Amino acid sequence: MTFLGMPAASLTGGNLDGEQPFPEAARLSVGNAQLRRNLGAATHTIRGKRAAVVSELPDWQELRAAGAAIKDDVLANLERYLLQLEQQVTARGGTVHWARDAQEANRIVTDLVKATGASEVVKVKSMATQEIGLNEALEQAGIEAFETDLAELIVQLGHDKPSHILVPAIHRNRSEIREIFLREMPDVDPALTDVPAALAEAARGHLRRKFLTAEVAISGANFAVAETGTLAVVESEGNGRMCLTLPKTLITVMGIEKLVPTWRDLEVFLQLLPRSSTGERMNPYTSMWTGAVEGQQFHLVLLDNGRTATLADPQGRSALRCIRCSACLNVCPVYERAGGHAYGSVYPGPIGAVLSPQLTGVDRNPSLPYASTLCGACYDVCPVAIDIPSMLVHLRARVVDDKREQHRLPSPEQAAMAAASWTMRDSRRWTRALRAVRLSKPLRGWRLLPPPLSSWISSRDLPAAPAQSFRDWWTEREKSRDE
Amino acid sequence: MSDVTATARAEILDRIRRATSDRPSPQPIVRNYRTAGTTEADVELFVDRLVDYRATVHRGTPDQIEAILAARGIAQVIVPDGFDQSWLPTIGQLREPLGITELDSAAGVVTTCAVAVAETGTIVLDAGPGQGRRALSLIPDYHLVVVRAEQILASVPDAIAVLDPTRPLTWISGPSATSDIELKRVEGVHGPRTLDVLLLT
Repeated sequence: MTFLGMPAASLTGGNLDGEQPFPEAARLSVGNAQLRRNLGAATHTIRGKRAAVVSELPDWQELRAAGAAIKDDVLANLERYLLQLEQQVTARGGTVHWARDAQEANRIVTDLVKATGASEVVKVKSMATQEIGLNEALEQAGIEAFETDLAELIVQLGHDKPSHILVPAIHRNRSEIREIFLREMPDVDPALTDVPAALAEAARGHLRRKFLTAEVAISGANFAVAETGTLAVVESEGNGRMCLTLPKTLITVMGIEKLVPTWRDLEVFLQLLPRSSTGERMNPYTSMWTGAVEGQQFHLVLLDNGRTATLADPQGRSALRCIRCSACLNVCPVYERAGGHAYGSVYPGPIGAVLSPQLTGVDRNPSLPYASTLCGACYDVCPVAIDIPSMLVHLRARVVDDKREQHRLPSPEQAAMAAASWTMRDSRRWTRALRAVRLSKPLRGWRLLPPPLSSWISSRDLPAAPAQSFRDWWTEREKSRDE
Repeated sequence: MSDVTATARAEILDRIRRATSDRPSPQPIVRNYRTAGTTEADVELFVDRLVDYRATVHRGTPDQIEAILAARGIAQVIVPDGFDQSWLPTIGQLREPLGITELDSAAGVVTTCAVAVAETGTIVLDAGPGQGRRALSLIPDYHLVVVRAEQILASVPDAIAVLDPTRPLTWISGPSATSDIELKRVEGVHGPRTLDVLLLT
């Protein structure tokens, strides 16, 4: 299906696709026993916590339905709400910028930082800035970016990539984190242990001076209220509060879909998000600010980067409801085994498998819609009820359509499907085909089939053909009745 | 607005109009969850939640404040404008204007709050009288919050209904914490590592 005249994803720069397709990358990570142990332990811990705090609320399903409906209202009236937000933020002393893609957003932020004269910035964990590759862009401009969220710090110091939306260093255990700190923190105590409290203390000491002297901070946003211009950042450690409060200049980069229409709508999302993400009744700190406050300069960068292309597909647009809680990652059997890096995008797991291909266009992420068993656990836990399994099936169809448009000659898969379709369309042809399969019974258990069938067989058992087909059984039964 | 951002703005808005040219008609928003005013505030629940998040809860009267601080070894404390002077008759006070260095070297801070949420163990500061600007309750490693019983509301919707979004808001649920190491919660990172709550009864 193509969407004629619709915005197509045309992205420049960013971290939304990997160098390898998912099956190849996953094969590597599944072979890493340490990674599988770390992921298994972490995802099981968080699953239990989430289930416990969700069951405390008698109205969870009602909140979930309201959350989905509020986000759908945002998507249906996005232009109106964005203009309202812009007007409110501007009226309260903030400056609003618009960025079509990653490159444009990076240029806007780099120019804003340069204008302050600062050569370094502190950063609050933000998926949007990960998505656009802002740190790399700042580095090229000679500006050093310091990640201040503990997990982001572990990833940055480890010269690593994030592998989870909420806990980017979920693939690291405590002893690996200790080694990274000992190697990369110049001021660290050499007697550092791997007790989590000691590791947190080390991060506190390492970042303290940065917080107190930083001139510029860069953040994302969890929510923006169109009605009032209020922005919200939800966090745990206090690094967010440090960045949002102390520096003279605050730059917030936010996807255009992160809106809620009214202040009141936050009453829904402030219940859905913490319980779904960290499994807490409420995260330790939430900061909210409207425009430029307490003498700060405030800039808001509104980012498209493929979101309008996602919005254009009626069967795919509800992926934009996502509030980045990562509950779907924690319950996914594929994520638990393959890990986040295998997805190649900063958005891994089930939501990444539907969001990344839509943001980039399916041609740049054709393997991700297949990175799922369609078991549906992601849909069950999603706090905004995104039907990820149905969307995956829809995107698989888009991948097939896209390939058909790209190639004149049919692929082996298309040829096989066309043959199957021709055979199944006629009952005589179908009956003959079934008999042929039974006659080839000696071939049963064959593990060697010619490509492309070999790739199907390599990970699945070929079912044995029954001695008698249903059709033959039925015909026989009808005959014996007549007699 | 620069020419570039004006062009980008126009193009993004145009893309949105084209993307929604099918006129999506979403389900109506039904608020049949527990909205503001539908649940009784439960003080015991509030205390239970705070303790669960490793905050220390005291119940009593304002004349206990200095004893609580003394027990923590705090001889001098940051006091925001609007905090009731009669509650701190003898202790050394640090008052605005305070620079970052002074805030960093202070042993602790006392504040009041705007509202509290029982169900989630949350205390909300809105920079009102007795609370000060946001940095005051952030940089010191110790924070004592005084909560009046009538400020405790039942649920998140109750708090949203009375808060003013145009004020800078800080929602605090226990001391600073992280779940970033093996997804296990550890108290104490960048914010105040010790949170004491005095509940006035």
